[in-house]
Amino acid sequence: MSQLLTSTPYSGGVPAPVPTGPVRLHINGETRTLQLAPWTSLLDALREYAGLTGTKKGCDHGQCGACTVLVNGRRINSCLTLAVMHEDDDITTIEGLGSEDNLSPLQQAFVDHDAFQCGYCTPGQICSAQGLLNEGHAHSEAEIKELMSGNLCRCGAYVGILDAVKEVVDKESSEVRA
Amino acid sequence: MTQTNHIGKGPNRVDGPLKVSGAAHYSGEFNVPDLAYGYVVSSPIAKGKILKIHADEVRALPGVLEVFSHENVPYLAWFDKSYKDQIAPGGSPFRPLHEPDITFNQQPIALVVADTFELARYAAALLRIDYEQDEHETNLETKRAAGFVPGKGKTGFQPPPPPRGNPDKALKNATHSIEAEYAHGAQHHNPMELFTTTVEWRGNGKITAYDKTQGVFNVKNYLMGVFGLGKNDVRVVNQFMGGGFGSGLRPQYSVFMAVLAALELKRSVRVTLTRQQMFSIGHRPNTLQLLKMGTNPDGTLASLQHHALHETSQFEDYTENVVNWSGMLYKCENVKLGYQLAKLDIYSPQDMRAPGAASGNVGLEVAMDEMAYAAGLDPLEFRLRNYADRDQNVDKPFSSKKLRECYQQAAAKFGWENRTQEPRSMRANGKLVGMGMGGGVWDATQVKSAAKALISADGQLTVRSATGENGTGTYTIMTQIAAETLGLPLEAVTFELGDTDQPEAPIQGGSWTAASVGTAVKNACDALGEKILKLAQKPADSPLKGAKFDDVEFVNGQLRLRLDHDQAVVLRDVLQTSGETQLEADSSAMPNMVKQNGYSLHSHNVAFAEVEVDEDLGTIKVTRVVSAVAAGRILNQKTARSQVLGSVVWGLGMALMEETVMDHKFGRYVNHNFAEYHIPVNADMPHIDVIFVHEDDDIVNPLGVKGIGEVGMLGVTAAIANAVFHATGKRVRDLPIMLDKLL
Repeated sequence: MSQLLTSTPYSGGVPAPVPTGPVRLHINGETRTLQLAPWTSLLDALREYAGLTGTKKGCDHGQCGACTVLVNGRRINSCLTLAVMHEDDDITTIEGLGSEDNLSPLQQAFVDHDAFQCGYCTPGQICSAQGLLNEGHAHSEAEIKELMSGNLCRCGAYVGILDAVKEVVDKESSEVRA
Repeated sequence: MTQTNHIGKGPNRVDGPLKVSGAAHYSGEFNVPDLAYGYVVSSPIAKGKILKIHADEVRALPGVLEVFSHENVPYLAWFDKSYKDQIAPGGSPFRPLHEPDITFNQQPIALVVADTFELARYAAALLRIDYEQDEHETNLETKRAAGFVPGKGKTGFQPPPPPRGNPDKALKNATHSIEAEYAHGAQHHNPMELFTTTVEWRGNGKITAYDKTQGVFNVKNYLMGVFGLGKNDVRVVNQFMGGGFGSGLRPQYSVFMAVLAALELKRSVRVTLTRQQMFSIGHRPNTLQLLKMGTNPDGTLASLQHHALHETSQFEDYTENVVNWSGMLYKCENVKLGYQLAKLDIYSPQDMRAPGAASGNVGLEVAMDEMAYAAGLDPLEFRLRNYADRDQNVDKPFSSKKLRECYQQAAAKFGWENRTQEPRSMRANGKLVGMGMGGGVWDATQVKSAAKALISADGQLTVRSATGENGTGTYTIMTQIAAETLGLPLEAVTFELGDTDQPEAPIQGGSWTAASVGTAVKNACDALGEKILKLAQKPADSPLKGAKFDDVEFVNGQLRLRLDHDQAVVLRDVLQTSGETQLEADSSAMPNMVKQNGYSLHSHNVAFAEVEVDEDLGTIKVTRVVSAVAAGRILNQKTARSQVLGSVVWGLGMALMEETVMDHKFGRYVNHNFAEYHIPVNADMPHIDVIFVHEDDDIVNPLGVKGIGEVGMLGVTAAIANAVFHATGKRVRDLPIMLDKLL
């Protein structure tokens, strides 16, 4: 027994989308003006308009953490916020933390502890970990595990991630003590 | 010991700095000029027909370039053959946008292409489609009596061996016996990277497809067949893949859509699936298993019977090896194995990490635990009494098998001797404690691969093969093999992969890349080495005059006589003196069938797991896992350990979390997102120990490697399930084991 599924036509045609406009963003210490529709997520602005593809899209729903960036030093899911909301903010992406030839301590620790396999969740993991450090959270192993649990890793590199983050946390806190 | 002895050590990943700095480019990250964006529209019904797609309404929006569907897609290849990829199962492959018929929920039915991603998504959301909906069936339970035995179908599929001995009579006469059914629902690969293809339009009908795939040549051949493209019209590239786990073994509809749009619009196009659409591209099938076992008075297996039934689509007979492993992991004279499929209105399942084995292993290893309890034996002792020294499925010895050593070393590390057999007999921290174990077996396979090696006058070696890197460490291990073969430091070697302009390599699956591509890389470097030797012997005063290739070795940047290390030349000097700017060699590698013929080639593992169960809440916490793997020679201790750690995480997910839930009323997966399809997170991690038991094996391949990507997942799920029984006394036979099943 089959059943018909139809829908009503739009009266007066489909509504036109909101036009684009210039949006000024401060990314990794540089000011960029991008021509964006207002509903462009910060994530899409970075990847598709600013050419900063280090920030990853894994779900576009704030469920996986791959798109984590630092806004004014705090970690956020860049897929859950619109670019136009961040004109006065300092945005730091993975490219702003260190480069291939000049890795940050966290990036180097991730390499040393093999804290990734495919590498796709890695920029988000590192930005989250940097956020933890900035915020002064995560002192014990249990805290790091809990606070890093917003970043999924399907390769299952969690043991290495914990070891990498812990190494940097321990080093920084011993420097604070000294 | 030399400084260029790299194999077996644990150097950092050579692609690590690229990955941690965001500089590794995945397929959706080639921002070519004038790029248009495609957004896929998915069917909301499981079965029926599209009556009308109101494309004109959204086509009227400025910036929308086209709406592709069956209503306007140009003439494409007609025969099934053109759509079949290297591992297509039997039947007719799905053809996107081919006809108005809908055969599964979330079937891609249109592609909206626009100047921006935002506009394409907006237009796709507004696109009105009229359907005629038919009744569907997505419930495997309704097909218990409708199972059928599939044909040979897919590459790599082995129908179960015929029964041996007299399994029914032996079961009837057994001292102790058990019979139980095990089940798990559908599971989805869910690599972190979404399926994405960026097609660069190069003009004159030529394209480069940056595609998320585990096989660039598989995709290239598919595109040539479907779109009638010539060999030189299409290049497929994938240098970094954000996880695969089998989801990229077959060409996905994202690449079909992006190429279609690029060819029609004569423009570069990117198509990215949503996380929701990642649940429409294949899965580990919902599987039901019936196990029957019986033991003799001495605790040896008298009879073992294993039957499996799993779902497939209406259009393809997807097959995997579910039950065969049960005929080879333990010694038993009376064995009966059965395997059937049932057709449902779903998309075809697809190989997912340790396909078949991961499913069948849970049935076998939980049943072994039940049998051990029925026979009054410790589960480890029971396995040792039934240790298989031969593969009885094919009646051949194993080329190497150190599973016994795995049992011993892992049990000692885990502290298995502290376990008390009685369920509910152990407690800690106010919780019930359980300890369980499970083991597994997986194929050691080598398939044909090719590679090219080039050395330049400055001593830099480049090696190329069109294999893939999806997290397995391919760049690193191939660099190690090449560097060691020609006696160079790792920094002097660059390995390049994932490009159909390179020598052909097979799809990256079956845990065969290290053995297959690794051997090709070694052969290409050896071939290059022979050329270097010839060149080194040209000068009249060459210290290597008259030496054969077997007489020399490449060590620490030198080429020297094996028996007189002082007779040496510096590698870099050889080319510079000769005046050659570059030297190159091609080679390929095939398995040595003559050598392998008398043997069964397999890797083995065992996992021990400890759980804590809160009796009031039913919550389960895996506290410790010890995994021991015997997989020949380990090329890189660091990356191999990571693969096994990841496998343990997968086993944990399968045991306690992963299930794609079908709402049979709509024939639709209802938890198709990362908030509701649960995978383990960092807080779920137990303490994990990985042990590699070395096996010397020159029969599997010259490198002696068996592959490590899949075997480590086996045993883990069953070990956790068995530990939950040990803790609680409750035997849960349908995965995942969630707290409601314990209360």
